[in-house]
This record gives sequence, structure tokens and C-alpha cells, in this order.
Amino acid sequence: MQTGLSDNDIIHQVRQGDQQAFSQLVSKYQNYVFTIVLRYLSSREDAEEVAQDVFVKAYRSLGDFRGESKFSTWLYTITTTSCITFLRRKKLEVHSLDNEKVLAHAENIDGGMRANQVEQKSRIAMVNQAIAMLSADDAQVITLFYKGEQSLDEIAHILGQETNTVKVRLHRARQRLKEKMEKHFMAEVRDLAM
Amino acid sequence: MDAQHNIEPRLWEYIDGLSTAEERRFIENLIATNAEWRSKYKELLQFNESLGQTIELEEPSMRFTRNVMEAIAAQHIAPAAKTYINKKIIFGIGGFMVSLILGMIIYALAQINWKSGTGSRGGFDLSKVDFSGLWNNNYLNAFMIINVVLGLMLLDRYLSFQKKDWKKI
Repeated sequence: MQTGLSDNDIIHQVRQGDQQAFSQLVSKYQNYVFTIVLRYLSSREDAEEVAQDVFVKAYRSLGDFRGESKFSTWLYTITTTSCITFLRRKKLEVHSLDNEKVLAHAENIDGGMRANQVEQKSRIAMVNQAIAMLSADDAQVITLFYKGEQSLDEIAHILGQETNTVKVRLHRARQRLKEKMEKHFMAEVRDLAM
Repeated sequence: MDAQHNIEPRLWEYIDGLSTAEERRFIENLIATNAEWRSKYKELLQFNESLGQTIELEEPSMRFTRNVMEAIAAQHIAPAAKTYINKKIIFGIGGFMVSLILGMIIYALAQINWKSGTGSRGGFDLSKVDFSGLWNNNYLNAFMIINVVLGLMLLDRYLSFQKKDWKKI
């Protein structure tokens, strides 16, 4: 499926009427979009519906993509807006560990994973589990920065905030992630430092 | 205490490559000479690298791409907003509003008696400006009628577009 074409080349093809070329963009970005959506929504079914909607909106709005930013930045902006719209429409709570319910869930994870289970967990699972314990905003900033290959300026554009605000948010998000890991995965963090 | 508290943000800026050249030199020097800074730097660097390597992306269902392609099969790329938004109309509306405001200001200023400043501070009494000459019933009625006609024209245009789309189906 990888054709070596840049995103802008593919977009050009799609605009010329080659609708199938859009599937390359979907394949390339579906995991990124789905992960960002899951930072906001706890249900995978809802997340899949929203992620699908993001690509449909992106396709319909391709005429407005001027190529001034990266396609991924433009796509993640649509993703963020779609998540917020979905949450407003459904009046769901943002999947966040800042509320008591999720905090209790985290405590259960902590309790349930002591002893053998914690030791068996891989480093990857530990980091991802800790990210899942963060608030949606923190998790999104970390995901965009480390996985979405977005600079602070681009993240600021996606979130509609100042670059300096995003810088502070990223710093705080990393700090909170570190705290969560130290609190819930003490043994593994020690291994990590060795 | 402040210096202590600032170590992490400054080190993160350094690690993220956001420090200025001067700040970079300063921090490099601190890392080389100060054990506390060196230890913190190593800790954050390790944490940063582990994040880069270990954060996993979630995968949607196997049918995801196919579902999207099926959903867009009946869709068309909407024309770019700039192609159907006529700038002349936007500027026309803006110009109309500005001239309306300017007209009212000029009308109000024209009624002020500049020679006889009222009050001890020499201010003007704006409550004495009479707008009835501008907003009398005739002008108001003409304004309302023009708006109704424009509204009907817009409705007619909208309905004729709907009719064309319906005929295509």
C-alpha cells in the first residue's frame, strides 16, 4: 500500500478525482486519529465512530486544505474539534482520571497489579497504562508530541492555544505522568532507572 | 528554592531543543559542573527517551479503512470556501455598516452647537441630539420594505437551488 507519495501528492490525486487514493491517507493516519479520539472517549465503539467521521469530514473539506500546515496537523485539528463536538452532543464526561470515579479505578488497578502482575507487565504496557490514567488533555498533548510528530507550534494550532501555554501544558503533563508511574508502577520505574 | 524549582522546566526546554543558544551554553555548563543538575538531566533524558519508544498507538477494527471508503463513496469534496464566498459581498456589507455608523455620527455632530459649551467642564449634551429626523416613520418603513424584498429574493433563490438538486435526483 505504501507508494512513497507524500501526503500532498496523495491529496492532489484525490482532488483530481481519484477517490481510492484517499485510502492511503486513512491507512497511514487511522491509528493516530483513533488514539487521539480514545484519549477523549472511553468507549472504543464511540471512538471508532468519531474517528470514521473525522476522515469523512477531512475528505469533504479537502478543498479547504491549503497545504500551509502539515496534513497531519490539519487532520488532528479536525479530530480534536470532532471529539469536543461529540462530547457536547452526547453530554458525556471527558474520560479523565481527575474525577473521583476514575481515580477509584486507578486505585483498583494499583491494588490489583501488585505482586506478580506488576512484575510481569512490560515497560510499554506500564507507560500506556499510566497515560490512560491522565486527563484527556494531558494524554492528548503527550500523544501529539511523542507519537503524532507535531511540534509545539503545531500542537498549539491543533488545540487553538498559544505555544507558550502548550509548552507549560506539556511540561505539567509529563510531570503528572511521571508521578502516576512512580505511584502505580514503582517497581518498574526502578527497573527503568537501572 | 526558586532556582531549585526551575531546574525541571529549564532542563525540559533544553531536552526539547527550545532553549536559546545562550541558555543552552549555560545549562550545558551546569550539567557538566553541578552534580544535582547532571543527575536530574539524566533522569529526565531517560524518561523522555522511554516515552518516545514506548507510547503505543491504538488500532481501530480491521474494517476501519473499508468503512471510511464506503462512507465517502457517496460524498463529494466540497468546493473551497474561498471559491463561493464573494469578497465583494463581504466588503459591500462591511462598507454599508461603516457608512451607516459614520452617517449617524456626522448627523449627530451636525446638530451640536459648538459655540455654546454646556456645563462647567464644557462638554456636549448628547441627550439633546434629535434622531427623529433620521429615524422617522417613512425612512423606517422604507428600510423594512427593502429588507422584506431582499429576504423574499433570498428565499426564492434558495428554493430554486433546492428544486435543481431535487431534479438531479
